Amino acid sequence: MSGHKPQKSSLWADSWKQLRKNHAAIAGLIILTILISASILAPWLTPYSFEEQNLALGASCPSLEHWLGTDTLGRDLFTRLLYGGRTSFLVGFCATVVSLLIGVPYGAISGYSGGKVDSVMMRIVDILYTMPFTILVIILMVVFGRNILLMFGAIGAIQWLVMARIIRGQVLALRKQAFVESAIAIGASRRRIIFKHIIPNVMGIIIVYTTLTIPHVMLMETFLSFLGLGIQPPMSSWGLLIKDGASVMETYPWLLISPALVFSVTLFSMNFLGDGLRDALDPRFSKGRS
Amino acid sequence: MLKFILRRLLELIPVLLISITLVFFMVRLAPGGPFTAEKSFTAEAIERLNEHYGLDKPIMVQYGNYLLNLLKGDLGPSFQYPSRSVNDIIKETFPVSLELGALAMLFALFVGLMAGIVASLKPNTLQDHVPMGLAMTGICMPSFVLGPLLILIFGLWLGWFNASGWELPIDRVLPVITLGSAYAAYISRLTRGSMLEVLPSDYIRTARAKGLSEANVIFKHTLKNALLPVVSYLGPATAGILTGSFVVETIFNIPGMGRMFVLAAFNRDYTLILGLVVFFSLLVVAFNAVVDILLGLLNPKLRMHS
Repeated sequence: MSGHKPQKSSLWADSWKQLRKNHAAIAGLIILTILISASILAPWLTPYSFEEQNLALGASCPSLEHWLGTDTLGRDLFTRLLYGGRTSFLVGFCATVVSLLIGVPYGAISGYSGGKVDSVMMRIVDILYTMPFTILVIILMVVFGRNILLMFGAIGAIQWLVMARIIRGQVLALRKQAFVESAIAIGASRRRIIFKHIIPNVMGIIIVYTTLTIPHVMLMETFLSFLGLGIQPPMSSWGLLIKDGASVMETYPWLLISPALVFSVTLFSMNFLGDGLRDALDPRFSKGRS
Repeated sequence: MLKFILRRLLELIPVLLISITLVFFMVRLAPGGPFTAEKSFTAEAIERLNEHYGLDKPIMVQYGNYLLNLLKGDLGPSFQYPSRSVNDIIKETFPVSLELGALAMLFALFVGLMAGIVASLKPNTLQDHVPMGLAMTGICMPSFVLGPLLILIFGLWLGWFNASGWELPIDRVLPVITLGSAYAAYISRLTRGSMLEVLPSDYIRTARAKGLSEANVIFKHTLKNALLPVVSYLGPATAGILTGSFVVETIFNIPGMGRMFVLAAFNRDYTLILGLVVFFSLLVVAFNAVVDILLGLLNPKLRMHS
């Protein structure tokens, strides 16, 4: 155990060193840190509340009091962007955690068991994968009300399929390695081998695909909210802001431009960071490939 | 090969059945019947309506009847538009969505393949960075961001296109770009990646050594083998374009099936939702099967394994 540790930390140090050389990924990391902390600190960053209306003011241009202007109900757009970020990031993280909780054990068990168990488990994933899930999520939202918790669950329940496939592939390759065989030899239980020996070794891949899953999930949340089937007003979400902005863009274009920009920049940062992490942590992907 | 195709087609049945069953029970067990929201109906009228639509029968009987009617190709009536059946609505709206989707797919394939090939020929130069930078922008600009921005810039400010509608051929331009660009972006990244993998192989060197023209080497020898990941991406891409059509048709006010679905979702028109979902599922699942069979034809290795 003690002989294993320094090697492990040097792997992480190596990856960090490689990641630091990737300027796009680091820029992404910095922008994301700023956006996430601004969303968390929203109540302290702005004197307005996200639902406080000022009908007398109406839609106003960006000004010193309202940095990004106000929407048609006189709500401060900067404030609503920050709170929208809270919603979007929260959905992104929670749904991704759901997908990890299902996908990682599923993939690990499937890959470790091999043989019949593996082929049946993967067949189920294949079949589920061909189902039109976005549509099912929409129906869930329509039928059971537009509830944010339901949204975490429903989106997470789609995303685990990809995670399960990737983890299974990794575990399949790992289970023939000497350290697993020696764990079997000393009589470790299957559960112990999977959770203590195998999963820590696929941690890098898990991190990489987590950073790639979060933008997918956020995209889905924004997509649903844009259609009016996700987050409901007066709560704020980036999808909702873009939808509201789009409906009045002819007269108040700034109401569309700033949420659209912030959302795209977030996606950019996440994708660059995800790609950078993949180059740094996933040895299968070398630099030249997309 | 025939066995492979047959098995792939047989697998469609459980997938479809699971989707239909899931949606049927989700919709039927939803709190509140389809008519409870309508305050104008008396209790008696609701009872009559329920009886008329067979909603008073036990749910398993309703489910059985639905499946039986489905086998006959009958998707049932729409609650919101009593004079039209779900079949009528699909007949009216599907051609529009098909045109939009097919054009978007063609756009995505053409632009994506071209950009990917161009980028792969001179990796890590400007010729690579420009298309790949654009591709990244395409991926990070989802349709509901890109669409309104395109309308704002090219429709309202420059006045080149109509802001919405689906009458003139020129009305197709903005929606198709909006719907197709993200897929063009993914396809270009996939193409570039697999081209870079294939280009250094021995048989490409041989083809060059034989003195074949560069165009011949790229299109006939390299692309044929580099196309596999793109073909396998077509399945998810179709599903994506289908759901993307919800947004694009709503933004551009296009009278297609996607906008119909969103409207049905808003109106809680459960029979119409159910019917459209069955139709969507059939499309997605069937297209996935077609893609798999195509892959099997292109790559004999896959047939052996699965």
